[in-house]
Amino acid sequence: MASWQDIERNPKFIELVQARKTLGWTLSILTLAIYLAYILIIAFDPSIFGARMGDSVMTVGLPVGLFVIVITFLIVGYYVQKANATYDELTRQIVEESK
Amino acid sequence: MSRLKGILATATLAALSTPAFADALTGQTQKQEVNIPAIAMFVAFVLLTLGITYWAAKQTKSAAQFYAAGGGITGFQNGLAIAGDYMSAASFLGISGLVYLSGYDGLIYSVGFLVGWPIVTFLIAEPLRNLGKYTFADVASFRFEQTPIRVLAACGTLVTVAFYLIAQMVGAGQLIKLLFGLDYAYAVVIVGVLMIFYVMFGGMVATTWVQIIKACLLLAGASFMALMVMVHFGLSLTGLFNAAIAAHPKHQAIMAPGGFVSNPVSAVSLGLALMFGTAGLPHILMRFFTVADAKAARKSVLYATGFIGYFYILTFIIGFGAIALVATNPSYLTDASKGLLAIKGGSNMAAIHLADAVGGNLFLGFISAVAFATILAVVSGLTLSGASAVSHDLYATVFKGGRANEQDEVRVSKITTVVLGVIAIFLGILFEKINVAFMVGLAFAIAASCNFPVLLMSLMWKNMTTKGAVVGGFVGLISALIGVVLSPGVWVDVLGNAKGSAPFPYANPALFSMTLAFVCIWIFSKMDTSARAKLDKDGWDAQYVRSQTGIGASGASSH
Repeated sequence: MASWQDIERNPKFIELVQARKTLGWTLSILTLAIYLAYILIIAFDPSIFGARMGDSVMTVGLPVGLFVIVITFLIVGYYVQKANATYDELTRQIVEESK
Repeated sequence: MSRLKGILATATLAALSTPAFADALTGQTQKQEVNIPAIAMFVAFVLLTLGITYWAAKQTKSAAQFYAAGGGITGFQNGLAIAGDYMSAASFLGISGLVYLSGYDGLIYSVGFLVGWPIVTFLIAEPLRNLGKYTFADVASFRFEQTPIRVLAACGTLVTVAFYLIAQMVGAGQLIKLLFGLDYAYAVVIVGVLMIFYVMFGGMVATTWVQIIKACLLLAGASFMALMVMVHFGLSLTGLFNAAIAAHPKHQAIMAPGGFVSNPVSAVSLGLALMFGTAGLPHILMRFFTVADAKAARKSVLYATGFIGYFYILTFIIGFGAIALVATNPSYLTDASKGLLAIKGGSNMAAIHLADAVGGNLFLGFISAVAFATILAVVSGLTLSGASAVSHDLYATVFKGGRANEQDEVRVSKITTVVLGVIAIFLGILFEKINVAFMVGLAFAIAASCNFPVLLMSLMWKNMTTKGAVVGGFVGLISALIGVVLSPGVWVDVLGNAKGSAPFPYANPALFSMTLAFVCIWIFSKMDTSARAKLDKDGWDAQYVRSQTGIGASGASSH
């Protein structure tokens, strides 16, 4: 069994941690930015979302709100897909090499 | 005043409540006639879940079974159970009721509920599963001195659970009074006793299956209702909106944000409480220990996010459907000349009346039973997490120094469950008139200011020490509590001080208390030169490798 420090020096471990950290924080900040933009528009100028789209009774805010809900799910989905495709395999190799 | 109330309510949108809901829960509800199909379907649900509890009790021999269902829940099942924990009756009735009252504003609430889930996925779920066994304190205390961190985590858990639990009990009592025509006190006792049964005998296995069944029933019921609304308007959203705009006294204004989130600081503070409170709710965090590994934990959040997002879209359609179909039908109104606001039982009954309008008495009974089942499931999850904090963190680790025998630990859990159940019944009756919205807002703010910073920093920052965690955690906990008490919603509305005299001018303290917690964790860790601080930092490598790879993690059912 390799020591904790040995595992930390394994290039695959470094690669896994770097890749996951970069993706995780990027997506976290992206989510936060989208949500804050949404809330701040509502706080400072709600009329932007109240504007009607053409002659329809639909307002800009409706598709935007729906978009935030859907994009939240898609962001999680992207991360999970990425993790299933690459991180799990890397993790398996690291665990294997550490035995 | 109404603006203040609006902001306060926004603060609480966190899980369950709306201003209308709060009003409905502060004594204005009147008893309905006894609804036979609703009671029949509710009894069927209770019998089914008690059967599951009996089956679960036979399986629940070990502590791992009791706390974490032996790690044998799949990602999909856990996703449903998390959704079940999160979609409370009040978010179903409350948000659809808010949409009924003010249209678009309901959607702002829904969005706020959902955006915390990516954070849970990216930063919390996998390390949590890799490091922990039964409670999030296992993770937060991984490399630190056990006693102080466990005490801190148990305080954070119990305070969060207590406020959340009272809110649910009061909500349950009021809703049952409305739905079934039972007395408030009976309703609270029924919920409390059933909850004790599920948790005490069935542990996590029974609690999980109660959540799953309830989530399926709620999703099916809400889907059917939304579909019937759409069918009624020829599957045309524009048709639905046109009818709603015509029926609502605010007309086109219901299609735009209406000022619930009006102060930018309050808005951001609230947003943070919502987003990060989710990642600090002990009963949600506990769910990640019921799956086999980090991969299943990750998948379960994806499923949960999908179900919850879908559910919130449904509540929006249901709310607009209620404007179009309930507000225009005199049989659902106490006074037809007053229109929309005169809805029988208050705006929280919008979805219930809509069920009758689109599906008749039988469907009304179904939806009523689902609403009650929902509360029952949520309080079970909360009670289990509170009981685990007492037995696993306080009893086994702090009092017995980690040498508690497993049987004793589970016994302490069961005793705690009964005690918590009795306390919840008692407080539920005592706080009959309390503003539920306020209690829930408090629970989320505390979770975001105490549990979340300690958990996140312990996972992310090598140089964090025991001292930093304890000081930061307690500062977050206490400042969140003080911030809420001094905020207009409590200082003015509850304590009756003069308007405008609130020492803390914002509706939600999270922006300040959460920041304070992070800053204190950082400063006190940096200043900590004790021998313990060195041990804390030396423990990082083992924690880091295990959190990233799962090497050495608790197996699926090995405990």
